[in-house]
Amino acid sequence: MNERQELNRNLAQMLKGGVIMDVTTPEQARIAEDAGACAVMALERIPADIRAAGGVSRMSDPAMIRGIQEAVSIPVMAKCRIGHIAEARILEAIEIDYIDESEVLSPADDVRHIDKTKFAVPFVCGARDLGEALRRIGEGATMIRTKGEPGTGDVVQAVRHMRKMQGEIRRIASLREDGLYEAAKELAAPLDLVRFVHANGKLPVVNFAAGGVATPADAALMMELGAEGVFVGSGIFKSGDPAKRAAAIVQAVTNWQDAKLLARISENLGPAMVGINADEIETIMEERGK
Amino acid sequence: MRVGVVALQGDFAEHESWLRAAGHEVWEIRRPQDVAPGGRPPDMLVFPGGESTVQRKLLADLELAEPLGELVDGGVEVLATCAGLILLAKQVDGRDNPWGRLDVSVRRNAYGRQLGSFVGGDRVFIRAPAIESVGPTVEVLSELDGKPVAVRQGAIRAYCYHPELVWAHNRRL
Repeated sequence: MNERQELNRNLAQMLKGGVIMDVTTPEQARIAEDAGACAVMALERIPADIRAAGGVSRMSDPAMIRGIQEAVSIPVMAKCRIGHIAEARILEAIEIDYIDESEVLSPADDVRHIDKTKFAVPFVCGARDLGEALRRIGEGATMIRTKGEPGTGDVVQAVRHMRKMQGEIRRIASLREDGLYEAAKELAAPLDLVRFVHANGKLPVVNFAAGGVATPADAALMMELGAEGVFVGSGIFKSGDPAKRAAAIVQAVTNWQDAKLLARISENLGPAMVGINADEIETIMEERGK
Repeated sequence: MRVGVVALQGDFAEHESWLRAAGHEVWEIRRPQDVAPGGRPPDMLVFPGGESTVQRKLLADLELAEPLGELVDGGVEVLATCAGLILLAKQVDGRDNPWGRLDVSVRRNAYGRQLGSFVGGDRVFIRAPAIESVGPTVEVLSELDGKPVAVRQGAIRAYCYHPELVWAHNRRL
């Protein structure tokens, strides 16, 4: 692994214990920063609206992203389509701090992801299980997140992915060394990364929860299950009082073990996003890119 | 040594692992009751790397600014890296930082965005701040291109870079 990738893993380490919030305007970005976001994800439409609008969803207008970069001092992330090398190059050219190669947008390549080792800018990718996570890391992703169904406000998939990944990590760690070849084959993952998981009992990069987090309790649940931080998409700016809810989720990620504090910060947050039951939707984004 | 790591956000776990490996007793401070467990304050406080805006807000929201400020004023040993340096600096981006204790002026993100992050010698700079000036009681411990990147003032040591990551860099996958 080269030095640039190590530096990119390091930036993800600095985001740990934090909340990364989806924002669509400079004003929302400032609200997120003031509420304690450790980074913002700049996008034209939040996932709930992408889902409602349908059609093809693409990288955001670079001018819109620049407006958000100028509005805040925290890291700014943006999404490109799975496999869309040119969108990623454009985001790198405007010096984005992290690219999310994201299933929330319409995939540009239904087989391949981007070879992220060819970029200086860091990438975060979604994963539903350990094999998917290690394939993305093998391609150069320096941060992983769950692929909870975006724009639903339903945390069930994020929970499923995090539990599955942590369970598989524990299983790999418990194997005899001579079982790792077969495990790598089953996971369809690079052997050197399976060896790392076996030796260290964790992914070689930071692992966040994403998809369907709408309340401080959701965030605390994901931390309990082993997330190192949380992405919140539609959950904040689709709710009644974004600033208050955002600040409460930030505190919940730091003090997820303190139920009394969680009870206090969960009071009077106003209406949460209405949400959609993840079983009732037609477009299943987590199936995109494997 | 008994070390309290301010674990509000950032790479506190990386600090904890090297402190533990060095044989220190380590615990995390996330709430006022964690500052001096059993009435015993720490011998050393660690302010880790992360996002300073988040950490500053949580310091206030979680009512830690006062008890931790008292400990620092009382002369407890302090190690601050990156965001920790920004929390402790008396001047940040040309403005007074009311909670600041360290007589330096820092500029945030002085090397630009993530593409500006770099390794200088064995020092790892991640969206790092620069120390633009230091007061008379501040000793410069190390420099990069003629500018201070590590300083000491009494019991406070503060770094623009991440000493806690060097160990990780030395055992690259």
